[in-house]
Amino acid sequence: MTAVIQVDHVSKGFVLRRGRSLKEMAVLVTKGRPLTDSFQAIHDLSLSVEQGETVGLLGLNGSGKSTLLKLISGVMRPDSGTVRVRGHVAGLIEVGAGLHPDLTGRENIFLNGAILGMSEVELRRQFDSIVDFSEIETFLETEVKFYSSGMFLRLAFSVAVHTDPDIFLVDEILSVGDGPFQDKCLARIQELSAEGRTLVVVSHDLDTVAKVCARGVLLETGHKIVDGSLEKAITRLRTAHR
Amino acid sequence: MRAAPPLGLVEPGRGAGLLDVFRQRYLLRLIVRQEMRVRYHRSVLGLLWSYVKPGVQFVVYFFALGVFLKLNRSLEDFSVYLFSGFVLLNFFSEAFANASRSIVRNAALVKKIYLPRELFPVATTYVAAIHLLPQVVVLFLGALLVGWRPSDGAFAAAALGFAVVAVLVTGLGLMLAALNVYYRDFENVVDLVLVVVVWLSPVLYPWSFVKEAIGPAWLEQLYLANPLTIAAQLFQRAFWYPGAIGTPEAPAFEEIIPDIFTRGIVALLGSLILLVIGQVAFSRLEGRFAQEL
Repeated sequence: MTAVIQVDHVSKGFVLRRGRSLKEMAVLVTKGRPLTDSFQAIHDLSLSVEQGETVGLLGLNGSGKSTLLKLISGVMRPDSGTVRVRGHVAGLIEVGAGLHPDLTGRENIFLNGAILGMSEVELRRQFDSIVDFSEIETFLETEVKFYSSGMFLRLAFSVAVHTDPDIFLVDEILSVGDGPFQDKCLARIQELSAEGRTLVVVSHDLDTVAKVCARGVLLETGHKIVDGSLEKAITRLRTAHR
Repeated sequence: MRAAPPLGLVEPGRGAGLLDVFRQRYLLRLIVRQEMRVRYHRSVLGLLWSYVKPGVQFVVYFFALGVFLKLNRSLEDFSVYLFSGFVLLNFFSEAFANASRSIVRNAALVKKIYLPRELFPVATTYVAAIHLLPQVVVLFLGALLVGWRPSDGAFAAAALGFAVVAVLVTGLGLMLAALNVYYRDFENVVDLVLVVVVWLSPVLYPWSFVKEAIGPAWLEQLYLANPLTIAAQLFQRAFWYPGAIGTPEAPAFEEIIPDIFTRGIVALLGSLILLVIGQVAFSRLEGRFAQEL
């Protein structure tokens, strides 16, 4: 098998500046407080994911899951260590990040699709399928800011699952829309996985993760605690915090 | 089963800069279209605003400088001279102001999804160029009206002048867009530069006035080292000079810097070097965009 995500000894910290203006800095200095705070999100973490694997990243808030996902997607760069990927990475770091409220549903499908890496030809071919999946046909020419939150999420999700990435990253979006739509999303994600795509999912909804992921990685304050079967990771997560 | 993904592991989020923008022309086109749509959203005049604003500015300057300060008399076809440099500076100002804010304005996207970030400043420059086009058409018609006829080098001068500004502003835009992510002070720096820049080139006043008043030769060379000065003069060479004959006291050729084409090519090379510097600075600073925004 071939590794498609290779994370080697990665650390990532953030420096939080308390004040940026001269005035704020002067106040902090005179009070003898430090100008910056640092926060280590990921400590020396290594992870290797093979093609076609389905990995659930688990952990409490602030454990570094989302940071890890951002490192894999290339939005952030590690302070030390290396992150390398094979093939096209796409996914939803947050639902609707690429949607523009002043554009219509139709315009957003094209813009968001292109942002997520789809070509013009691909978009034209998939357009009807995206519209069908999102169930918003009648609002296609309406500006997205007038959409209900459910419609907004459905549109965003629908575009995302029609991209053609080798590695699909999903952050906390399986709780989209109503019951039937959630089932449809899950089915679609399982389909993507069955096609041999690699899946990395972050979610607090353990039941949902259990439906799509086979492998579980548990993070705690930026350290990898468990890397094994999903059941093992879930069990550990539940016992540690009960 | 899916075909195996391409061989070789690569680091995500390390693009080829402007080359990636070129490879993603479709996305660039959509972002430009979005900018235009959003800019003129719910506006009755829409794109017509891009005529109204320079039109009003032009009338104000024309009366203040041409009529009240009597530049009309010292310079043949002063209106065409004024408008030639003016449209180019407008292009620079719009592109520079918007490009330097482009990354911050698209923070939501930059933080969540990786895409070549150069797309944003380039798209704003593109939009400014779209706004320039109708102004150049108006300028051309105005020039025809006062006796402009096709002559050597007019179109070449126009193309060279545009190229200098486009390359220059892309380079500066990349640099300031990246710096602005770290310190928003740079937005104010840009605004300040734009206030000064209008007066640093022979646009609102004729070049001969500068030559007379400037004194030492090195100061004159410094004035001429400004690529915008050269670009504005190239536009005046293109649209004003062929229609102007001048009088014995104020011959038209006195108003155009000698060797304007050579200087134009030097300015273009200088702008290209700035573009490379801008790209290098952008790539260096880009790594922490997502966490700084």
